[in-house]
Amino acid sequence: MNLTIDVTNIDGVTNVVLAGEVDAFTAPKLKETILPLTREEEVVQVDFSDVNYMDSTGLGVFISALKSTKEHNSSMRLVHMQDRVYRLFKITGLTEIMNIDSTVQGGM
Amino acid sequence: MSTLKLDLENYKELLQEYIKTRDEQALYQAEQFSKHSMQQNISPEEIINVHIQSLQEIYPDMPEYIQSSMNFLLETMISYGLAYQEFQTLREKQLELKSEISVAANMQKTLLSTVKPHIDDIDVGALSVPAKQMNGDYHHFVHDEKGGLGIAVADVIGKGVPAALCMSMIKYSMDSFAELRTDPSVILGSLNRVVERNVDASMFITMFYGLYNSIEHTFTYASAGHEPGYYYHKDRDEFEEIDVPGLVLGVSPEITYTQYEKKVEKGDMIILLTDGVTECRQGERFIEQEEVLHVIKQYSHLPAQGIVDQVYKHFERLQDFQLRDDFTLIILRRNV
Repeated sequence: MNLTIDVTNIDGVTNVVLAGEVDAFTAPKLKETILPLTREEEVVQVDFSDVNYMDSTGLGVFISALKSTKEHNSSMRLVHMQDRVYRLFKITGLTEIMNIDSTVQGGM
Repeated sequence: MSTLKLDLENYKELLQEYIKTRDEQALYQAEQFSKHSMQQNISPEEIINVHIQSLQEIYPDMPEYIQSSMNFLLETMISYGLAYQEFQTLREKQLELKSEISVAANMQKTLLSTVKPHIDDIDVGALSVPAKQMNGDYHHFVHDEKGGLGIAVADVIGKGVPAALCMSMIKYSMDSFAELRTDPSVILGSLNRVVERNVDASMFITMFYGLYNSIEHTFTYASAGHEPGYYYHKDRDEFEEIDVPGLVLGVSPEITYTQYEKKVEKGDMIILLTDGVTECRQGERFIEQEEVLHVIKQYSHLPAQGIVDQVYKHFERLQDFQLRDDFTLIILRRNV
């Protein structure tokens, strides 16, 4: 399984649309895309509608992105997560410190 | 040089025979010749050189242009020869690395080894299986004279060597505050500061820490974003998720952890695990938590170690089963 990353800019919001699986193989590519955005853009939104699997390596990417937004005064918002992915953010306590759209999409 | 000379004779005869008979047998011999040459580290251009010499000997009147074309071919093979040499070097290096990693893996095993405690009133079972050579999961038991049993279960994000190195750091920090019998919330708070200071931004650790008091039969615990464990109530024959809020270690230095306490009744079980257990897959299908609990129940007549072993065996037996992440399962049961 692969991951496609699509970056668009609508009304000053950078939207990163992900589709596929975020795991140890695809996480490096995701990191290379997202980290520079948190340095250059004010608001980065990541759309998870089509992410059906993510492992802890993926969480690592969003943790470093979060740290980077704090350093660069930008912000990150994660939207449209499927249940299984949301569960991962919930267990690890990250829902408390990240801006995650709470209207969770249906499961798999 | 004598063996190469011998091979040259051999090659010439084979070639001559093949040209005369077009016999498959000679082709097979040619294949053997190439295998043998590779074992002797003979490069492709050397083989062509042998070919040219053989041709010259078989056909002394070989036309000039064939001779030239052969020399031309020889030149074009030189890069392949270099690539072949590089391959040889890389293969040697790879073998070297492989043996170094296995030394490191053994060292890690020794460094992180923990002894499963034998306490009269509690039955303990523990199993940890790495997905790759080095284990990014960690579990540790600390048993004190006052009847306290500390249990740590942790998972480093990421796999392989970096995760393993990180785990060693955790182990040493824990050893350094082992003397003071500490509350789970204090232990997680201190580790969080250690990890936050020392580890790369994208690395983090999840940890569950529990303290079993074998005199009062209470279990005190706190979690740093770790995969929830389960509590089995013997009287109700029911599992309950041990759902504890808490942020993973290494993200935010100001975080504090809340600890909870539970009274443990006779026959009750505490089940601790890592996400390697819940992230098992059979082909494309995820194995659901309920299935893990179902298997635990199925073997609950066994001693705790028997249960954890059977759970792993159960999943291992599934067709297309793949262990994507390190698998750690610990079960504690109050016997008396």
